[in-house]
Amino acid sequence: MNISLNITETIQDWLMSMMPEGVASIAAMVSVALIYLIIFAVAGLYLVLLERKVAAWFQLRIGPNRVGYWGLLQTMADALKLVSKELTGTVKADKFLYNLAPYFVIISSLMALAVFPFTKEFQAFDINIGIFFLIAISSVGVIGILLAGWSSNNKFALIGAMRSGVQTISYELSVGLSLLTMVLLTGSLQLSEIVESQKEGWLILQGHVPAIIAFMVYMIAGTAETNRAPFDMVEAESELGAGFHTEYSGMKFAYFFLAEFINMFIIAAIATTVFFGAWLSPFGITESLPWLGVFWFLGKTIVLVFLMMWFRWTFPRLRVDQLLTLEWKYLLPINLVNIVIMAVMVWLNLTIKF
Amino acid sequence: MSYFSDIYKGIKTLLTGMSVTGKYFLTSRKGAITQQYPDNRATLKMFERFRGEVVMPHDENNEHQCTGCQKCELACPNGSIEIIWDRAIDETTGKKKKKIDKHVYHLGLCTMCGLCIEACPTDAIVWAQNFENSTYDRTQLTKVLNRPGSKVKAGIED
Ligand code: SF4
Ligand code: SF4
Repeated sequence: MNISLNITETIQDWLMSMMPEGVASIAAMVSVALIYLIIFAVAGLYLVLLERKVAAWFQLRIGPNRVGYWGLLQTMADALKLVSKELTGTVKADKFLYNLAPYFVIISSLMALAVFPFTKEFQAFDINIGIFFLIAISSVGVIGILLAGWSSNNKFALIGAMRSGVQTISYELSVGLSLLTMVLLTGSLQLSEIVESQKEGWLILQGHVPAIIAFMVYMIAGTAETNRAPFDMVEAESELGAGFHTEYSGMKFAYFFLAEFINMFIIAAIATTVFFGAWLSPFGITESLPWLGVFWFLGKTIVLVFLMMWFRWTFPRLRVDQLLTLEWKYLLPINLVNIVIMAVMVWLNLTIKF
Repeated sequence: MSYFSDIYKGIKTLLTGMSVTGKYFLTSRKGAITQQYPDNRATLKMFERFRGEVVMPHDENNEHQCTGCQKCELACPNGSIEIIWDRAIDETTGKKKKKIDKHVYHLGLCTMCGLCIEACPTDAIVWAQNFENSTYDRTQLTKVLNRPGSKVKAGIED
């Protein structure tokens, strides 16, 4: 397997000078994992703040503005509160699975972060089946949700979890197929190579019409995968309490909450990588400064995250049957036709390259 | 063929919705409807239709328009109004006539339904727009709406 811990080369060299090779590489992996954990826990908190601010602006409100300047420390304070809260549970819960479920959800979403190419160097794990890994790992999270719902011994939680199963399993197809449509253009599943192939133009330009269709399908299915409104059948505050995490409190609840936002970031980051050229700047304007790639990557991702928030605060919710109709009668057939069109296009060399 | 027109219509209506909320998003900085209440209690003005509490306006001669007909008392679904009335000799006609002694209003019981105000034939009671009605003692919520020494405006019954 092609494992390369690019960002840690310096750390690894430095550790290597102090300890034997095996220990050094493990130490390097652990340190990278810790760095990612800290960065994305904080980033997740700020995504929550961003969501609340954006929601407020959409609804002509002000949003959090009391804790810290302009409310910047609000979610930090919330996290502190959640850490200090008591962890409650139901008496007849399946204790082991009940405690395991939140970790399933948060770990699977953190694992997905490892493969994103934030810049050419800043990528923890450049696996050669990157896209496949992302699709696979994003379906592990739903096991956590199902476990949480089942082990809570609560009807609302179980209904929420079952809906989540229905929803995630259906929409995963569309996410996977729309990404595969783009893989036809690049000919590789490795994320760094996908980025490399976009130096001749972002894939959404290279693939023009089918790429735009694939992007639309991807955004719809991706929003559904994160269980966010308008596809929030899983939490459904109005009918299920809080869905699968009704019985969770304190930090365990916070894991679910954080995972939802990190998942949103992941969906947007995949779209950035596959459709919008990851860390590549438009027309290569900052090509001489490769470290600026981080800002391009994050900038594009934030724009896509904003798009998902825009969906959330605009569209009405779907019923379960409408949800499945949308997937099986519309997105999936469109996607299958689209993938054929894309294949023919690549075969006839109709792509646009600069 | 309705399949494709459905898709087209669906996308079109979704984009219409997004443009509406997008416009709100862009203008929200100017038009936030949130009141940051305790900070602006000095300048905060309530709307005309806001129902703070029932009051009885008096004019400069300390005259109100309440004839003591008790329609408000009857209209109130939860007994928030009590009229304590009396009979007195009317100076102009020399006949005995009903007049109010006290118009007692229990703000603590009132649900702000507005039925008393609609029932009043002489528009003697109206809504006030004050919004800070909390007190530390609930006896303060029982109010006498007519001022001491006030009397009914002449000719209001005609
Ligand atoms: S507003 Fe309604 S509840 Fe209040 S005093 Fe009038 S009739 Fe009674
Ligand atoms: S306030 Fe109006 S309804 Fe009530 S007793 Fe006076 S005149 Fe009659």
